[in-house]
Amino acid sequence: MELTTTWYLVLGAIIFAIGASGLMIRRNPLVMFMCVELMLNAVNLTFVAFGRELDDLGGQVSVFFVLVVAAAEVVIGLAIIVAIMRHRSGATADDLSVLRG
Amino acid sequence: MEELVWLIPALPLLGFVLLVLGGRRLGEPGAGYLATTMVAGSFIATVLVFVGLLGKDAEERLFEQTLFEWIPAGDFSVDVGFLADPLSITMALFITGISSLIHLYAIAYMHGDKDFSKFFVYMNLFVFSMLMLVLGDNLLITFLGWEGVGTCSYLLISFWFTDEANATAGKKAFVTNRVGDWGFMVATLLAFFTFGSINYGEMFSGADGMATSTATAITLLLLVGAAGKSAQFPLYLWLPDAMAGPTPVSALIHAATMVTGGVYLLTRVNPIIAEASSVAPDVIAWIGLFTALFAASIAVAQADIKKVLAYSTVSQLGFMFVAVGSGVYVAAIFHMVTHAFFKALLFLGAGSVIHGMDDEQDMEYYGGLRKFMPITAATMVVGWLAIAGVPPFSGFWSKDEILLGAYENNVVAWVLLLIAAILTAFYMSRLIFLTFFGERRWSDGDPEAHAAADEPVADDGARSFHPHEPSPLMWVPLVVLAGLALLGGLLNLPFTGDTKILEQWLEPSLFGNEHIATSGAAGKWTLAIMSIVAAVIGVIGAAAVYIRRRVDKSVVEQPILQDAWMVDDTVTSFMGGPGRKSFELVSWFDRTVIDGAVNGTAAVVRHGGLVLRRLQTGFVRSYAVGVGGGAVALLVYFLFRTTF
Repeated sequence: MELTTTWYLVLGAIIFAIGASGLMIRRNPLVMFMCVELMLNAVNLTFVAFGRELDDLGGQVSVFFVLVVAAAEVVIGLAIIVAIMRHRSGATADDLSVLRG
Repeated sequence: MEELVWLIPALPLLGFVLLVLGGRRLGEPGAGYLATTMVAGSFIATVLVFVGLLGKDAEERLFEQTLFEWIPAGDFSVDVGFLADPLSITMALFITGISSLIHLYAIAYMHGDKDFSKFFVYMNLFVFSMLMLVLGDNLLITFLGWEGVGTCSYLLISFWFTDEANATAGKKAFVTNRVGDWGFMVATLLAFFTFGSINYGEMFSGADGMATSTATAITLLLLVGAAGKSAQFPLYLWLPDAMAGPTPVSALIHAATMVTGGVYLLTRVNPIIAEASSVAPDVIAWIGLFTALFAASIAVAQADIKKVLAYSTVSQLGFMFVAVGSGVYVAAIFHMVTHAFFKALLFLGAGSVIHGMDDEQDMEYYGGLRKFMPITAATMVVGWLAIAGVPPFSGFWSKDEILLGAYENNVVAWVLLLIAAILTAFYMSRLIFLTFFGERRWSDGDPEAHAAADEPVADDGARSFHPHEPSPLMWVPLVVLAGLALLGGLLNLPFTGDTKILEQWLEPSLFGNEHIATSGAAGKWTLAIMSIVAAVIGVIGAAAVYIRRRVDKSVVEQPILQDAWMVDDTVTSFMGGPGRKSFELVSWFDRTVIDGAVNGTAAVVRHGGLVLRRLQTGFVRSYAVGVGGGAVALLVYFLFRTTF
């Protein structure tokens, strides 16, 4: 059985769906954060798959951009989470609704 | 030396700044001397510029100095620049010269006032504004000065603001001036649309062959502004009330500076008036004529010495407007200069009398003062003869020029103006006779002195007066001004072309728009004799009433004249009744419709926000659902759009 591009796309879709549903269901900020990472990397996977399929380098270049943005996001996001956890341990994302406008 | 032109307004401005910062510390009389020095320095700078211009050929006597670009906005660009030409320098010379004398006088007059330094702060700012008005090289700089003198007049007229009447007079002056300013502003905009510039030089070079209708509109709109500033009917109402200010202020505003602004402006834009339909100058002349007669008739019956002078100023400004309307600009400027001399003299003299008479301004309490105040009396007699038009005093020469111009323009106008001249001689003689001659109508509280002099003791025994000559600081300016009022006619003697110094000097600023007299020598002599006769009739008439008492004064001083033809009352009752109603309607429209539209927009946004803020729950996961749902919706949309 040969692994065609379709397999990669289906895998990416599955990972993305897991990430998206995790983000909506879980309440632990750290887990939600990991779900966001899952979604980003699912997209990366489809980028690479299409890049290879269409013989276009653009797909891989896009991945680099996404990686850089994701790294930056991790830095800020983790810092915020650490700060929250120091303040009140065991906080869930829903507890932080007090920050609404 | 024309490069020094920026110094002329800069020195009073410097004085203003210094006095604002350290005026209180300088106190009395230091602040007054500083202010006087600055204005005197400005006068010296003006003389230097004047000498510089004199050294050039007549055609080259025009110097423009641009300091910086003030408002650059696309095609619209306004520079802060000065224009030194014969007209503006003539104005600047007598403004700074007379202002210096008035400042000097004010040091003594304001002695002991608790706001002594503040007074000079305003005075310097006033002189600065006035110099900006005359020296500006475009309409906007002139307007800046125009508004500046308006503001300063408000501050100075209501200087003793603790008295309700003074504060009201200041507000009245300001508001009435604003009515006129409207005309000035619209004229400025119109000039910009027509010429693409509001610089005088560029405007005038574009004026040749411009549309008659536009030129007429600009002229008439500027006339509205000029009528407000120069107190012409019906915007003269502020000036008589403006007497509420300290007397040096009256002299400054009503003789040398502010009120001359309107005449200056109309003279400045003579190339545009030349292009306008002949209706425009006629309107100017008739407004001036009516004002001259109207104000002179009121001045005849006023009891307050300063009110007489105030209406006299309105009347004399009417003469200048007649001159402008008749195309004899030189006569207008000539009369403005001589009027500045003798009216400043008369105001300062009146101030000296008021000072000596314990702040009493009602002439009913004066009489026989010449023995007690010989210098004031002598100088004021010079001013009286000058304004009455008795040769060889300065007023005769300038008034005669105006009468000649009016005669060649319209004989009816000349006759009416001659009547105004008779009235002028009459009311001024009345003022002098009531004040300095006749019996004493005041008491010095010492019955024996009266008995010794074989005079009746005044009924008003409760008040005693001790008239005395003021300090040299006050009478020296009087003597200088008396000299100027006596000799001012030398500026423009009408005998030959060579003696018309002012006419030759002003020629480059008038671009050949000056009306040249066509009457022969015999006609001119006849007119001159007529105007002398008019002056003599006025003086003799006043003598008959107030010295010989052949006629009872109640014949002359009609109640309607004392009430200034009830104009003030009419305006008040109109504004209090139907006027107020209509303004309330406007105010209602503003509150409900205009404010309603603005507030309505704000209300819609506010309520929309209150509803929408409920969407922001703070639950990150519900946001995620929103984002996810949105992404799906977009996907669906694009999928189906491409399919169908």
